[in-house]
Amino acid sequence: MVDTAQAPGKAQAGVRTMTMVKAIQDALDVALSEDPRVLLFGEDVGMGGVFRVSDGLRDKHGEARVFDTPLAEAGIVGYGIGLALAGMRPVAEIQFAGFLYPALDQILSHLGRYRHRTRGRFTVPMVIRAPYGGGVHTPEQHADSPEAVLAHVPGVKVVIPSDPYRAKGLLLAAIRDPDPVFFLESIKLYRSVKAEVPDGDYTLELGKARVVREGNAATLIAYGGMVEVCTKAAEVAAREGVELEIVDLETLVPFDADTVLASVEKTGRAVVVYEARKIGGFGAEIAARLAEDAIWSLQAPVLRVAGWDAPYPPFSAIEHHYRPDARRVLEAVRQVLAA
Amino acid sequence: MEPLRYIAEDGTAADGLPFTADELVRGYRAVARARLFDDRAMTLQRQGKLGVYPPYRGQEAAQVGAVLALGASDWLVPSYRDTGAAITHGLPLSQAILYWRADPAGWQFPEGLRVLPFYIPIATQLLHAVGVASAGRYREEDWVALTFIGDGGSSEGDFHEALNFAAVYDAPVVLMVENNGWAISVPTEKQMKNPRIAERAAGYGIPGVVVDGNDLAAVWHASREAVARARAGEGPTLIEAVTYRMGPHTSSDDPSRYRLEEQGKPWEARDPVLRLRLALAAMGAWDDAREDALQSELKEEFQAAVREADAAPEPLPQQIVEQVFAEMTGDARRAWEVLKHG
Repeated sequence: MVDTAQAPGKAQAGVRTMTMVKAIQDALDVALSEDPRVLLFGEDVGMGGVFRVSDGLRDKHGEARVFDTPLAEAGIVGYGIGLALAGMRPVAEIQFAGFLYPALDQILSHLGRYRHRTRGRFTVPMVIRAPYGGGVHTPEQHADSPEAVLAHVPGVKVVIPSDPYRAKGLLLAAIRDPDPVFFLESIKLYRSVKAEVPDGDYTLELGKARVVREGNAATLIAYGGMVEVCTKAAEVAAREGVELEIVDLETLVPFDADTVLASVEKTGRAVVVYEARKIGGFGAEIAARLAEDAIWSLQAPVLRVAGWDAPYPPFSAIEHHYRPDARRVLEAVRQVLAA
Repeated sequence: MEPLRYIAEDGTAADGLPFTADELVRGYRAVARARLFDDRAMTLQRQGKLGVYPPYRGQEAAQVGAVLALGASDWLVPSYRDTGAAITHGLPLSQAILYWRADPAGWQFPEGLRVLPFYIPIATQLLHAVGVASAGRYREEDWVALTFIGDGGSSEGDFHEALNFAAVYDAPVVLMVENNGWAISVPTEKQMKNPRIAERAAGYGIPGVVVDGNDLAAVWHASREAVARARAGEGPTLIEAVTYRMGPHTSSDDPSRYRLEEQGKPWEARDPVLRLRLALAAMGAWDDAREDALQSELKEEFQAAVREADAAPEPLPQQIVEQVFAEMTGDARRAWEVLKHG
């Protein structure tokens, strides 16, 4: 699959500036319009969902295709698997990524195994969307970042966009992908960032990381909500004459090692930034890859800036100390530059 | 709720039996075929020619009777104990042998055959069956999905979620519980307070039916009605087939560790295959000559299937990393090369 996007701003179709929520809604609208096999469902999805992502889609596409489910996450995923097995293109919403856990049996035992265990006879082209991450004072259990759990499941892809333009193109690619895809959406980014988004249909290739800012002093490797944090850090560093490179993974699985390695081979220094718990997080996989394949290019230890080794805190007044911010990223940058 | 029964243990058929003798002969051939496969599979297992195998002896009528209610366009979503159901719905015997030989050649079921793979994680497949059933409506197909679970499986959360989703969406699905008395070593009375599983249907607002699971006519009839309801858009049915697991949980299990042999004795007299044969004989529709002819036909079929399975190509190490995704990742390609070249 190749990118089908026009560069934003010079497309013949219209371009609108919009939030992540609107861009995702736009992608779902396009997918529902283009392919009668696409179905959208989950808890409260009919009325628009708790983040209003599916606002208006039931009215436009009908209650048969945009519908509420019973309040049961294993049911949502298992039902979606069945729909996909029989030729549909289900897009399920799990209300918060921290609510995925009742569905883990369906995810671990079935979602990624069908193609493999039936040697390609039965496949599950299904997308599971879920808002993830902290930073907006959500209640307990609403701010989890379980991407490492999902990335550890063979046979499922994991996509985490970092801006509205990328979100729309990646979601359309995910819906058309022949295999199951988790699409995690940073709650922090839902309404805080805007970008120019082309109208209509375009896709962005899954499985490709991209350099979102060029620099030579060190590489920051991030995805989703942490790309914004890294960008802020890089802007501060630039004022001190330190040019940081940022690699946005976008897709955790399949992992684009080439882009990451190329950047780190150039800069010789790497800081991996993610908001999940540090130990066993996806950043550990990235650091391990660098140790395996880029050790001779490294001039400093690979550092990780991540959530502390604790549950995401339900304590509103202090939760901002959990999620990495530009200050913590810059501390790590200073360490790798000093090495 | 008393189980529906048409044919008594001694083969006496009740008045109003809703099948012709010809139909029952067709049913008998299918249960006898399922019995022979199961017997022979256990023998192959003991000879080291099959992997761990979950036998279904005693449950042939419960499986076959339900599948006989399906057409070729309908879906079967079986649990691991339902090989008898799968071969009745068209899974080639050679494929079933290769499946339980844990050979990848057995795991790719034929194109067009609507049998999903056997499921180990208990009750998870019920939700898939509900989804498959609903998909027919979007695709303007009138297919029905039939899925099986055991009495132990009715304790799982997915059992509840599947019944609820099926009911809420009026999905054209038939959920068949093979209540065989045992979840490995745990008897039904320790599994649930109310052992009449079909009564739970009322809690979901759908019909629940209990049948004598060792009476092919009862299972077939209840399934036929449930399939007709589903196809007519009237939603799901929960059927409980009361039966007994005559054998071990799997070929690795030793039931003498947890149950007395005499507990199974009454069930020997209720044998579903023998019972149907007696009924057909009483109708004058079966005799020893026909039985002998059938048995030799079935043996030949099985032997041919074994020969076919034996001729399957050796599995290759690199198959491990094939079919994870439609397109291999870079990591998978590197692993494929390593596995291929040792």
